[in-house]
Amino acid sequence: MTKKQILARLGQIVLVLLGISFITFALVMLAPGDVARQMIAGNEDIIVSQAEIDALRAELGLDKPFFFQYLDWLGRALQGNLGFSFMAKKPVVEELFERLPGTILLSLASLVMMMVVSIPMGIYSAVKRGGWIDNIVRAFTFMGVSMPGFWVGLMLLWIFGLKLDLLPIVGGTIGVDTIILPAATLAIAMASKYTRQVRTAILEELGQDYVVGARARGMSESHILWKEVLPNAMLPLITLLGLSLGSLLGGAAVIEMVFSWPGLGRLAIEAITYRDFQLVQGVVVWIALMYMVINLIVDLSYNYLDPRLRKVR
Amino acid sequence: METLVNGFKNNRAFAVTSILVVLLLLVAVAAPVLAPYDPTQATMKDAFLEPGAQHIFGTDKLGRDCFSRVLYGARASLSGVLFLVASVFIVGTTMGVLSGYFGGKVDIVIMRISDMMISFPGMILAIAVAGIMGGSLVNAVIALTIVSWTKYARLARSLVLQIKRRDFVDAAIVNGGSSSHILWVHILPNILPMMVVTAAADIGALMMELAGLSFLGFGSQPPAPEWGLMLNEGRQQLQTAPWLMVFPGLAIFVTVVIFNLWGDNLRDVLDPRNNAIE
Repeated sequence: MTKKQILARLGQIVLVLLGISFITFALVMLAPGDVARQMIAGNEDIIVSQAEIDALRAELGLDKPFFFQYLDWLGRALQGNLGFSFMAKKPVVEELFERLPGTILLSLASLVMMMVVSIPMGIYSAVKRGGWIDNIVRAFTFMGVSMPGFWVGLMLLWIFGLKLDLLPIVGGTIGVDTIILPAATLAIAMASKYTRQVRTAILEELGQDYVVGARARGMSESHILWKEVLPNAMLPLITLLGLSLGSLLGGAAVIEMVFSWPGLGRLAIEAITYRDFQLVQGVVVWIALMYMVINLIVDLSYNYLDPRLRKVR
Repeated sequence: METLVNGFKNNRAFAVTSILVVLLLLVAVAAPVLAPYDPTQATMKDAFLEPGAQHIFGTDKLGRDCFSRVLYGARASLSGVLFLVASVFIVGTTMGVLSGYFGGKVDIVIMRISDMMISFPGMILAIAVAGIMGGSLVNAVIALTIVSWTKYARLARSLVLQIKRRDFVDAAIVNGGSSSHILWVHILPNILPMMVVTAAADIGALMMELAGLSFLGFGSQPPAPEWGLMLNEGRQQLQTAPWLMVFPGLAIFVTVVIFNLWGDNLRDVLDPRNNAIE
């Protein structure tokens, strides 16, 4: 990527963030319920005087027209102030940073598990295409993509947590034992997709002319596979890996709920359930930012890994 | 249509999976006949019965028959997902066709919006939309439509751009055909098979997303028998009544497998490139 392209991407990220924050802001405004009342009373059913509510509304600028309220929010957000969460009883930014390690650890753990399983399986089933292991692998990957992740999680919880009593069923904390099941749950769904993609990528490379050429020159099959085919096949897979990391950081919400894992996805859901809208707004923007920055980094690394692109630079 | 009938005759896998899909739909339609109990009737003295002769899938905390609820759940889950697929399909295809056919400003606006949606994890936005609007099956469908239409818009747009260049479209323009005539008679019928194949292949994935929203409490509301919601309710009794989450989950799994297989086979039947090889 040239400097110009990187700048364009950064510009796009800013635009998307503006769009996303505007949409969530509009949604929150349309939602039933009074934000000011909620900030005072939380979700408890206590009587709040109208004067008190009006005072807070004026203080927060909630009496201004919608667009000015958005500009106010934006101005504060640019200074690193995303508001105050009445659910967590602390500033939104603080809560976001507190949940960050959980999400990052879970994402990395599940990615590692996923790769350990799907790269060897994908390679093997591509090389022995049509063999019985290939068929089993394909059957499993098909089943894997047809099971809802949260159900897989519940089943694992039931089997390993309750029946076999091997792992803790009470989540809420970050630990080696508590991370295994949620990470495995996420890994199962991803591994099913990724194994197929590894297999397809390898098969595609094996069909290339240079492989035929290498065979004709009498190179050993293992040399062709490890030195020629794999480096080429791995390149597109790295992009996919980056994309799954991005969606993990945002999309693991349901699984985090199943295991009470203290991550960002669960925070988003809790915030929505509590109708803590400052927090909702903050989490959504934060996840969007992380997702896009990771995708940018992946694209950049892709440039360094592919010698053909490097020459163009 | 003719291709479908031929596919049904010649492609055995397609025939078998189509029959399975029809069976699923029949189960949903005939749930009142098939179900041994009323799915919402609580009989407290029968709470938490293990699967047995009386209740083959057991009963839940209110003594409701789990088997009947799974059967009735097929109605909510299937109608929900079909509604969702139709809505994503219509919104996405319309946007994509308009974008591809008219180009210019329309194209720029639609494609920028779609760029924005693609560079963002959809499920989080869907949760936010459904959660803020309040939990209901309709809101969940709207939320998932908002985050899923862009895929169809992009596909429809690229297909339209390919077809627009073809001679028969030029001929129709030279003959003075109006835009709506060209769109309906020349463009739509040509992009439809590819769009339908994509939609069919997506049914399973969309079904799981819809169930996920219900599982979180942002979709169907109790006491409705819906598979995602049943899993949400069963989750609290994981220790005492595991059957409450085994069977609704299995129902989702089986349904998704059937739709995924059917979608694959439909692609084989409808995709012109495959027909050319045969």
